Amino acid sequence: MISRATKVWPLDQLKLKHLNQFVQSCRQRLSAGNHLVTLFGRQEKSNRMWGVVVTAVFQDERGELQALHCLTEGDKSYPALTPDFPAAHIFEREIWEQTGLVPEGHPWLKPVRFEGKRQGQMAEYPFFSVQGQEIHEVGVGPIHAGVIEPGHFRFMCLGEQVHHLEIQLGYQHRGVEHLLLRRNPMLLAPVIESTCGDSAVAYAWGYCAAIEALAGHGVAPESDLRRAIGLELERIAIHVATLNGLATDIAFLQGGGTYGRLRTAIINAVQRVSGNRFGRGWIRPGKTKPITDALRADLIQTLTAFARDFDEVNRLMLNSHSVKARFKGVGVVSRQAADDLGLVGVAARASGRAIDARVGLPGIPYQRFPIASTVQETGDCWARMKQRMQEVDTSVAWLLNVLKDEKLTAAGTEEVGLAAGAALKPDSLAVSVVEGPRGPVVQAIETSLAEGIVHYKIQDPSLSNWFGLAMALRDNEISDFPICNKSFDLSYCGNDL
Amino acid sequence: MIKSLRVRKSQGSQYIPVLREAVPAGFRAKPVIAPADCLPACTACQAVCPSGAIALPAMQIDLGRCVLCGDCEPVCPAGKISFSNDFRLASTQRNGLFVSAEHPDIDPIAVSEALHKRYGRSMKLRSVSAGGCNGCEMEINAMSNVNFDFGRYGIDMVASPRHADGLVLSGPISRNMVSALHSCWQAIPDPKIVIAVGACAISGGVFAECDEIDRTFIESFKPSLYVPGCPAHPLSIIAGIMDLLGIAD
Repeated sequence: MISRATKVWPLDQLKLKHLNQFVQSCRQRLSAGNHLVTLFGRQEKSNRMWGVVVTAVFQDERGELQALHCLTEGDKSYPALTPDFPAAHIFEREIWEQTGLVPEGHPWLKPVRFEGKRQGQMAEYPFFSVQGQEIHEVGVGPIHAGVIEPGHFRFMCLGEQVHHLEIQLGYQHRGVEHLLLRRNPMLLAPVIESTCGDSAVAYAWGYCAAIEALAGHGVAPESDLRRAIGLELERIAIHVATLNGLATDIAFLQGGGTYGRLRTAIINAVQRVSGNRFGRGWIRPGKTKPITDALRADLIQTLTAFARDFDEVNRLMLNSHSVKARFKGVGVVSRQAADDLGLVGVAARASGRAIDARVGLPGIPYQRFPIASTVQETGDCWARMKQRMQEVDTSVAWLLNVLKDEKLTAAGTEEVGLAAGAALKPDSLAVSVVEGPRGPVVQAIETSLAEGIVHYKIQDPSLSNWFGLAMALRDNEISDFPICNKSFDLSYCGNDL
Repeated sequence: MIKSLRVRKSQGSQYIPVLREAVPAGFRAKPVIAPADCLPACTACQAVCPSGAIALPAMQIDLGRCVLCGDCEPVCPAGKISFSNDFRLASTQRNGLFVSAEHPDIDPIAVSEALHKRYGRSMKLRSVSAGGCNGCEMEINAMSNVNFDFGRYGIDMVASPRHADGLVLSGPISRNMVSALHSCWQAIPDPKIVIAVGACAISGGVFAECDEIDRTFIESFKPSLYVPGCPAHPLSIIAGIMDLLGIAD
């Protein structure tokens, strides 16, 4: 059995000579309906000429990961993919911001996160402007009313109705990708876990899967399964936190109180396994925290008690008229818009787009124990709420099933992990995809012949999904923004890096 | 109505009666340094530490930098390092955050009479995340959930800085947040305090060496309370604030 969630290519198999070829190949794959997993660039520093290395990763018709890779020399621009394939819009903006390579004809070529030379110039953002006598704009943030990460939202409204929402991010930019290149590749886990701290397990698993693939060192199936257990617990915790927020945002206090303490039960159980409520330390290169028989029984007991009470409070939410009145028909993202924009994860599935890396690109644990993935049809706040409830139910059932296995605790406790000096395959590209709570966390690591890791690309699912939130607000009332925002519950730091 | 009563029954009573005495099972919290000698010239723990928190040869761990990852524990050939679940990690002094074999505990917080008098019954705080990873932010939110319920002591997070008595800072302070952070700080009326929550806010944490952060704010406005952790545990933050303000259990 081999993992379909991680793949390594020798770069000489991928290399395309000219940027034209690269762009044409991207167009062909996109026209054929391949899913664009990621598209990114880096400046080529070893070359004296102005060079940019671009990499695209697709999921092809057979569901396999495929990559394209090209070093451009002298090219300063290329015809943008976005006008024909809007799903590429944020990736092309990022390539432009990080490398200077211009996608000609991109309809909104604006900074993604104000990195590099643009740091600190947040006031310079070129907002859209809507013209008209009774048009007004409302700016919110970067600091918001609650305890929440910063981001700026600009609403262009006619009366109460939002014509367009523009989202400006980058406030959380810490330079994670630069930092990762400065350190020993085997010791990046604590930085990776702090990149998007609410998805620490998803991030750590993706990092370890990629680095282990490059080191040619797999972990035992039981160890891999324990990683999936951590990931599903993280999914439950984050989804329940979102449900808590949704209930609180509509002043449905009983929901808020109950989801709050249900999440506590899960994250405290995570802490009993990994030492940390966010699962930090659960996964390290070559090893995974052991789950003893006592912990296995503890998790089963915690999840069983959780499932019973979660079901009660869900019934209350789903049958309450006030909840229906607030969420149904609000913040709709159509299936068409979700497909066009390349939405991923929960937000995509709530709009009827059946895309889930646990099913489409399963690692070994999900091949051994397949997990069901559901979708909703309506694409509104209600659908995103219901999707989360269903995903929690699915994860609980999956966990209770795998935790029955006594072998889980028997094997793998003697893992020593990958040595700090382990050699990595040179001149290679490793890509890992882990379906985290919000959607696929994609990590791509490129190594060179002489220098070890030359590029570490992280792509949080939020990068693709923020524009979905903007679409959800169109023609809605500005007062619906909090519930729309919470129903997506995207990551700022994961976007800003 | 019946559904609501059923949920109410399932909820029961969830609050932790005495927060200072809570036991966070499994929490990898305070580093405990055994008196055993290090192997000669060994720097294994330093080599794996992601935030430069360990000083040698007389081993000392700076909880202002430590992210409690525990990666040093298995690599120490002398078995000097372990972690306890003691969440009482906060200090009023930056240099009170160091632990060693000789000095195993964080310096106890001295109750400030002035702060007790002014804020002992009501403390309103404005949170700003400046490059935080949503770990500390979620834990700050958790302080007001039904388990911790720190509102019972008159401590609340407020929306407007105008209503706040202090700023709770999380994150290493990204350059892109410098201006907004200053605006928020200026909007809080005097007198006001800063509470630094988490390793990032205290020292930059794992991001300390990044060019993309700017630590000027924290150097200019000295925090009244430092709460270590990555993220800081709600119990560490609450116990720290209660100690600082002299609030009884």
